[in-house]
Amino acid sequence: MAAREYKYTGQPAPNPGRWHWILKAGLAMIICLTLMFIALPVASLFLKSPLDATLRSLGDPMVKDALRLSMMTSALTTMMVVIMGTPIAYISARYHYPGKGVVDAITHLPVIMPPAVAGIALLMAFGRMGVLGQYLNTFGISIAFTTLAVIMAQVFVSSPFYIRQAKTSFEDVDLALENAARTLGASRLYTFIYVILPLAMNGMISGAITAFARSLGEFGATIMFAGNFQGRTQTMPLAIYTAMQGDLGVALCISQILVVISFLIIALVGILARRMCSRC
Amino acid sequence: MLEIDVSKRLRDLDLDVKLSVSRGEILMLVGDNGSGKTTLLNLVAGLVTPDQGRILLDGRALYDSFAGVNLSPEARNVGYVFQSYALFPHMSVYDNVAFGLRTRKLSEERIDLLVRDHLQEAGLWEIRRAKAAKISGGQKQRVALARALIIGPSLLLLDEPLSALDIRKQAVMRRELRERIQSCNVPSIIVSHDLRDMASIGDRVCLLEDGRITPIGRAEMEEWAGGSRGSIDGSGEGMS
Repeated sequence: MAAREYKYTGQPAPNPGRWHWILKAGLAMIICLTLMFIALPVASLFLKSPLDATLRSLGDPMVKDALRLSMMTSALTTMMVVIMGTPIAYISARYHYPGKGVVDAITHLPVIMPPAVAGIALLMAFGRMGVLGQYLNTFGISIAFTTLAVIMAQVFVSSPFYIRQAKTSFEDVDLALENAARTLGASRLYTFIYVILPLAMNGMISGAITAFARSLGEFGATIMFAGNFQGRTQTMPLAIYTAMQGDLGVALCISQILVVISFLIIALVGILARRMCSRC
Repeated sequence: MLEIDVSKRLRDLDLDVKLSVSRGEILMLVGDNGSGKTTLLNLVAGLVTPDQGRILLDGRALYDSFAGVNLSPEARNVGYVFQSYALFPHMSVYDNVAFGLRTRKLSEERIDLLVRDHLQEAGLWEIRRAKAAKISGGQKQRVALARALIIGPSLLLLDEPLSALDIRKQAVMRRELRERIQSCNVPSIIVSHDLRDMASIGDRVCLLEDGRITPIGRAEMEEWAGGSRGSIDGSGEGMS
């Protein structure tokens, strides 16, 4: 059988022709429509409520209470998530042990679990008649429908966002650096504080900011487990829900505050991501 | 003197090493990729635990499975130059070299004197404030060596210390490396693939093959290298 000859003819690639431009135009249209789909509702929040109306609503007790409670609980939640999540993230990034897959699955479960289910789950665990709550209740400790319940619901739903980001950051720290530190006389703790933590810090902060954002927007688990009591458990998303049944101006004002905070968070995460890349 | 008699089951082979290195001697360790050279260094440094055996340094047990001794890496006082150099990228050259002294809780005055001395000797004083991630390959190699030597190690381990340098820099570094290691007067093990390294830096060459150590001479060395990895010609000053 004769060998087939494959020869490069030296001819340039054929002209893409008009299909090329049709494809480009189609892609541009899809991108524009997608951006419009996201940007239009956000812009409408500001177009439908003039600035003076928003400023007036800022003095509303419901807005002030919700803003204060949301900021306080989200800040505490973020602190707790960082304290509780850092060891799990580090161990998950560095060690292999029996049951690691199960531990990873448990820590990531709240991401895919619907928030309302998370709320019921927390109620079944820590409510007055809950698995653990019934024993706490005998000591006069009641968690459900308190500010603590808000924080617990927020920790439950936002912790995976931090753990996942922190784990990736720890994985990115070259193991040889840890080994080098150990051979230079550093204990595990010294190595963690002076070598690993500074290198993983940007990623950890980025994860903490994302967890803060998630807890700020938490609704389903909070309303199920903590209820909707102004000044005690009514966070900003719950206040929007309540205000929608009465004063739309208040709902719009709180929504605008949340949008502004969201933009600030995106900017912060972007700055941190650039700092991480410049270190690479 | 360093005395190694350990075994370790690896994924692809069983490492069973018996080896001794005298004080002031530089042992060159060669072997194919995946033969366990780096693992052997890590076993000695305490970064990997052997399955059983003994590692003695000047009569002191670093590891002894029979007596239940297994010193942590920080307690072994080993100077280790990693293949990637493993410099702390967020620290300056100065802080990298000072790291091992700070873990030993020396005073800042003493640290400054020692670091200045080592950086000047290595020609690195001018770049002491530069971030370790931003310096050249040759400078990184010098910083890694200075960092390993400043702690006054009882043993030196170097994993392909010249492999990240270009060929012209390697030639300069070989002599410098040998001089600096010899000045420490401690047992040293250097892993290398390059015949020129073996010839000009080492006092003795051992081949790690099928998990076992075999001493080799010049002829076997060239046979192992298959004549394709470099020539010893004109650079055999270090070989005994």
